[in-house]
Amino acid sequence: MHIVVCTKQTPDSAAKLTVDEAGNVSWGDSPIIINPWDEYAVEEALLIKERFGGAPKVTVISMGPEAALEALKHAIAMGCDEAIRIWDDSFHGSDTLATSYVLAKAIEKMGDVDLVLFGKSAIDSQTGQVAIELARRLGFAPLTYVIKIAELDPEGRSITVERLLEQGRQVVKAPLPAVVGTVKGINEPRYPSFMGIRKATRAEYPVWKAADIGAEPDRAGAAGSGVRWERIFPPPAREGAAEIIAAETVDEAARILVEKLLAEKVI
Amino acid sequence: MGKDVFVWVEQFRGEVAPASWEAIGVARRLSQKLGGQVCACLFGHGVEGLAQEAIAYGADKVFLADDPTLADFRLEPYAALLTRLAQEQKPEVILLGATFRGRDLGPAVAVDLETGCVADCTALEFEDGKLVATRPIYAGKLLSTCTVPERRPAIFTTRTRAFPKPDPDPSRTGEVVRVEPVLKEEEIPCKVTDFRTTEGGVSLADAAIIVSGGRGVGGPEGFGPIRELASVLNAAVGASRAAVDAGWIPYEHQVGQTGKTVSPDLYIACGISGAIQHQAGMRTSKVIVAINKDPEAPIFQLAHYGIVGDLFKVVPALTAVLKERLGS
Ligand SMILES: Cc1cc2nc3c(=O)[nH]c(=O)nc-3n(C[C@H](O)[C@H](O)[C@H](O)COP(=O)(O)OP(=O)(O)OC[C@H]3O[C@@H](n4cnc5c(N)ncnc54)[C@H](O)[C@@H]3O)c2cc1C
Ligand SMILES: Nc1ncnc2c1ncn2[C@@H]1O[C@H](COP(=O)(O)O)[C@@H](O)[C@H]1O
Repeated sequence: MHIVVCTKQTPDSAAKLTVDEAGNVSWGDSPIIINPWDEYAVEEALLIKERFGGAPKVTVISMGPEAALEALKHAIAMGCDEAIRIWDDSFHGSDTLATSYVLAKAIEKMGDVDLVLFGKSAIDSQTGQVAIELARRLGFAPLTYVIKIAELDPEGRSITVERLLEQGRQVVKAPLPAVVGTVKGINEPRYPSFMGIRKATRAEYPVWKAADIGAEPDRAGAAGSGVRWERIFPPPAREGAAEIIAAETVDEAARILVEKLLAEKVI
Repeated sequence: MGKDVFVWVEQFRGEVAPASWEAIGVARRLSQKLGGQVCACLFGHGVEGLAQEAIAYGADKVFLADDPTLADFRLEPYAALLTRLAQEQKPEVILLGATFRGRDLGPAVAVDLETGCVADCTALEFEDGKLVATRPIYAGKLLSTCTVPERRPAIFTTRTRAFPKPDPDPSRTGEVVRVEPVLKEEEIPCKVTDFRTTEGGVSLADAAIIVSGGRGVGGPEGFGPIRELASVLNAAVGASRAAVDAGWIPYEHQVGQTGKTVSPDLYIACGISGAIQHQAGMRTSKVIVAINKDPEAPIFQLAHYGIVGDLFKVVPALTAVLKERLGS
């Protein structure tokens, strides 16, 4: 069995962000980390590997510039077998349509992939579209919002998952190969071990370029994108802090608050 | 000829997702500019009755596919059909509510049509003739605007409760066009074998009011007063990650960056400090109330109203006053 985990790098979720006139976002000296949602995908791949006695190969891939190495290193440190970075200058400005095209080309090149795991969304761009787009491109079963892999049968070529939707859990049985988009709660991601971190510093991180995966230039990067990002800006500042309701007694405060909420027409 | 706007009308067991009606409202506004029709795409089994409802909410035309293969939402048959309709009708815009299913279907159709899909929009306006979408990024710390400059149709998923729900007008008339599914059952690889609905309560994403508890509630039983307050307000119950991680309440209730993003009219945060990751999930709420014993808690920087005090005293007091005022 060959499992691929797709990941990307993001600024730390606690980072203080600033944005300049041109819309460039910077995060001071905050570190670049693996997209936190993707840790669930990595962990799930490792759990499957362990369940099948270590036989499945787990490859982590990221389309991105040098900074993407942070995400790949973390995944290797957690226990993935191999990492591949996919990058070419022509990939700049990719939206999810173009990103999914590039990732699909890379997975096609590997040829033997049974399962592709994703995080729920990237915490920076917050799109959450790459997994479904990749599934659609490759014709893999599209299993998103997966909170549990109930059954995985590589011989019978099938997988059964529980998907967390608004109204509850949908149980779906699908053939392999499949795309699985994970959500928090599917597992508890492990911390990299000391040995793992050592392995990650020594590991090789080959780069596949456009020509290596046969990506057509007009289908990747800005040229292959449908969506254009126009502007990035801070949200309008809230006018000051809360109106604190002070009163002699708790009951009095509750009464004042309820009148305010009635006046706001929210209750 | 004008340019049509498609809206995917999502239903689960005959009940339409509020986000779909909100999207129809957006579509009406856009179609004034585009001059075309608002076309609802309604798929399911035994859902004919909803077609008239879609017209009442603002659709001019309903493409209705009623078939057993469409009973449960599955991506393959739904995407194949929406793609086929878009190829035939060539709409200018496709709107979907940014629900779980909408956020699967929108991008899948975008791939089929090699076009752009802008996720989770909170505003959609014409600027200089271009349709510009606003969407929060970096956990809502920043906003961005996006367009689909060249390719058509332009696809947008619209965040639940970010747009007003139109008032239905039962006297509106429209055309219902029956369409056939594209895929047969044997061509659909995914099989739904079970659906376990979450018991009772109001769903977080659709709730007009949410009462949330955090580490300050102290334990599973601490959610008792939170639930009582929620019940008088007909509100959903939310939680911070700290409360979820402690095992006091299931993950389904978590609000925030790694939980649900909500935007109710009223969000009452009880014993929640207001960490940036929690704010990510609730900062677009219309009115935010914080109840916290620490006057320095960051939640007071975001809240509109605050009461500094012990939630175990304040919350029951609120419940009592509301019972009296709302007469329940
Ligand atoms: C990658 C990442 C993702 C995350 N995602 C989320 C997320 O999705 N959602 C989320 O909520 N958090 C998330 N967090 C965690 C977040 O950083 C905070 O740790 C969490 O929100 C804190 O929860 P809390 O406010 O309930 O607890 P605390 O920060 O401990 O605050 C408890 C508050 O309760 C008050 N209090 C205590 N007792 C009482 C009382 N009797 N009456 C009144 N007030 C009282 C205290 O004054 C305090 O302000 C995430 C963190 C990371 C790193
Ligand atoms: N450039 C990329 N390279 C590899 N995987 C990616 C990339 N961008 C997104 N992903 C994966 O797709 C998921 C959803 O990302 P997004 O659709 O960008 O929010 C992420 O959690 C990753 O698993």
